[in-house]
Amino acid sequence: MIKKFIHQFASPKTYLYQVSRFYKYIFYFSLIIYIISIIWGLFFTPEDFVQGNSYRIIYLHVPASFLSQTLYLAMAISSITYLIWRVKLAAYLIIAIAPIGAMTTFIALISGSIWGIPTWGTWWQWDARITSTLILFIMYLGLISLHNSFSNHEKADKLLSWLVIVGAVNIPIIKKSVDWWSTLHQSASITLTDKPSIDPVMLYPLIGSIVGFFGLVICLVLLSSKYQILHREKNKSWVKDYV
Amino acid sequence: MNPIRKKRIYSILFVLLFSVSGISLILYSLNSNLDYFFTPTELKDRNIPADKRIKVGGMVLSGSVERISSSIFFVITDYENSIKVEYEGIVPDLFKEDSGVVVLGNLRDKILYAEEVLAKHDENYMPPNIEINDDN
Repeated sequence: MIKKFIHQFASPKTYLYQVSRFYKYIFYFSLIIYIISIIWGLFFTPEDFVQGNSYRIIYLHVPASFLSQTLYLAMAISSITYLIWRVKLAAYLIIAIAPIGAMTTFIALISGSIWGIPTWGTWWQWDARITSTLILFIMYLGLISLHNSFSNHEKADKLLSWLVIVGAVNIPIIKKSVDWWSTLHQSASITLTDKPSIDPVMLYPLIGSIVGFFGLVICLVLLSSKYQILHREKNKSWVKDYV
Repeated sequence: MNPIRKKRIYSILFVLLFSVSGISLILYSLNSNLDYFFTPTELKDRNIPADKRIKVGGMVLSGSVERISSSIFFVITDYENSIKVEYEGIVPDLFKEDSGVVVLGNLRDKILYAEEVLAKHDENYMPPNIEINDDN
């Protein structure tokens, strides 16, 4: 039964109809959560004992950084799915996710720079965390422009999938850079193993903002994948019915 | 699983193994060159030429900060070794005693003549009115 469900969902047509059904619920749900968390974080949490008010950009910086890495992993999973099972939907997802990933990485870099000025006293330093995140951003841009440079979509999908898998090595490097080398960037406040080193009154809105931002970015991915499907399957008869 | 898919899985694993080991070798050989700063202990046994600019990181030793007109003098420590710093200019707001700092400058006669002083904060966030309990 599960196999049948996956097979059905993997068809671009079913995917598109299901997405259209659930899209607005995901969107409003995450929008409300994000707005509540941001207002909570900006106005109803105390100042930080070292950084004062400037730490509040964490409610944008951390969700964006988290998503920039998660989206890349999602691309890597899609690539593996496409390469092994040749699921067309997976190929559409890779190229649908790439621009959204580039966008979140850009937000992470910019918000980090803005945060750096009042706290570190600089907006850019070539430490391991910042540099590896910049590499991630350039990788996203490279993957997008590579895919665009092909006229044969199928060839582009295959090449892209292989490159995404190779580039996935960068994700653990970004994650562990603050532990492996000395960096200006501080180490992680929230880990799976230890108690968070961020006070609960600041942590709850942070978790809310991550969940809300995650949902909003998923919505962007859904829209972008919808566009990819309609674009790539435009000659199929069901697309004409759908539009 | 059909043999074609099995072959594809193996080739993906091969590519992953290949790229992971390649990148690991590169990172391993670069090793300390990827560090953003030296600690005073790392500098102790090294002979750094006076014209080479280096970054030194650590904590500002408490009670060591001294301001004389527009210059500021302080000591960076990693609680094992320490280095004296002389700097002329404005330090970031987060610069204070017992807190992290990264200094770029030239080391001459065991004194670091700084060109740039950056503050480094840690991963702890909490409201100011809470007592810091040292349970770790």
